[in-house]
Amino acid sequence: MATPKSGYSPIVIDHFQNPRNVGELPDANAQASVTNPVCGDVLQLRLKITDGRIAEACFKTFGCEAAIAASSLLTEMIKGKALPEVQDITPEMITAALGGLPKVKLHAAALAEEALKEALKGYEPSHG
Amino acid sequence: MMPRVYLDYNATAPLLPEALEAAVPYYTSNWGNASSIHRQGREARVAVEEAREQVAQLIGAADARDLVFTSGGTEAVNLAIQGYAFGNRSRGQHIITTQAEHPAALDTCRALEQRGFDLTYLPVDGLGRLDPEVLAGSIRPQTILLTLIHGNHEVGTLQPLAALVEVAHVRGVPVHVDAVQAIGRVPLDVAAFGIDLLSLSGHKFGGPKGVGVLYIRAGLAATMQAIVHGGHQERQRRAGTEDVPSVIALGKACALMSQRLGDECHRLEVLRDHLEHVACSRIPEVRRLGNSADRLPNTANLSFAGVKGEALVFNLDLLGIAVSTGASCSSRQGVPSQVLAAMGVPPETSEGSVRFSLGWGTTDEQIERVLDLLPPTIQRLRLLSPLP
Repeated sequence: MATPKSGYSPIVIDHFQNPRNVGELPDANAQASVTNPVCGDVLQLRLKITDGRIAEACFKTFGCEAAIAASSLLTEMIKGKALPEVQDITPEMITAALGGLPKVKLHAAALAEEALKEALKGYEPSHG
Repeated sequence: MMPRVYLDYNATAPLLPEALEAAVPYYTSNWGNASSIHRQGREARVAVEEAREQVAQLIGAADARDLVFTSGGTEAVNLAIQGYAFGNRSRGQHIITTQAEHPAALDTCRALEQRGFDLTYLPVDGLGRLDPEVLAGSIRPQTILLTLIHGNHEVGTLQPLAALVEVAHVRGVPVHVDAVQAIGRVPLDVAAFGIDLLSLSGHKFGGPKGVGVLYIRAGLAATMQAIVHGGHQERQRRAGTEDVPSVIALGKACALMSQRLGDECHRLEVLRDHLEHVACSRIPEVRRLGNSADRLPNTANLSFAGVKGEALVFNLDLLGIAVSTGASCSSRQGVPSQVLAAMGVPPETSEGSVRFSLGWGTTDEQIERVLDLLPPTIQRLRLLSPLP
């Protein structure tokens, strides 16, 4: 994947301008709030998992344009997918789906991946 | 498409049309080397010396020969600090500066530490000012120089310069003023203040990039060491063929600012205050940083709670408005601003800060457009933010 040296791909700009799945998701049953200690970005990810599938995914992000776009794109990537399908998502896959990121912004994809892993780690399927 | 609004004059300003016009003949017909003895050279020399007079007039230097043309503000700052430090090392190795300097001075000071000099980085107050009493307490017998920024690049704060220069001079310490952001924006007279060394840049107020000036008070020059070697130019203080067209353009910009400064200073102050006032009234939870009576008339630094400054800059750019986060040199690195940290601004406030800097091309209509687009942009980004 070619990484743009300056500027962003149209995908990044689209997700920044029209972020998908922004919100709190009150009936979420898996969630994570992760912080990038270097730049202070905060990503809050909330998931509603039903029958082993991510039925809903919402985010809120305090961060740069790349962090917002990566968060938005992640929710699109995982929505409707079965858990085994999303467990192995890597930062590189998020970067690729964004049409690449400038080198100094790769941490945005890493933060999104970290939020997903954290949310899944904390998820316990309810019984009954 | 609407024309873009440029509010990043502390990064650079567009060239004044008159400055460009003045420079063109020195590219096309009078392209001589100002050091040559033939006619082309003599013509270039006359023009360079006229430009030197124009700069001298703007900064109140009695003798234009005390001015050295450099490749820009950064080189002027380097020549001032390094040139003075190495030339006066036998007198002492202690240099005083502040924690709120531009990297041009800060990194030069750090480089001098590597070469055995002893540096003191004094704290500033919440507005970015150095307290003269703090300065007085830090001066030692071995102190050879005070270097400080006047007209902070990020928040616009002006130092209590008269008091600071007096404290330093009473104790026999010369003062270098990094006036890269102040010159052409506020009146500053080197003779009236007794300033020993002053750095300025061409491109912050309508001159070209790639040219700057160091003022060296008469009597100090003999103690300075050159940092660029290779020729007798600039009275042996800075080697290298003068960039004649840039020097001419800088001179022209200075001449224009000498005439316009009072009016322009007032015009920008009114516009800047309007921008700040209306933005704060239309948007909740805005904090003005470095606000003080004594500051550059063109600079506003606002922090919007819950919003990352970088995202706001990017969003405004998409809307056709160019502003900046902190010092533009470090804006790609995502580290909190050192200047704001020195002022005691907490990281979350610093992260939400954006700098609006106005200049000669800024109009009322442009400010109104920013005031129309800013509130909904802040609202949009705050809706995305998980922070309370």
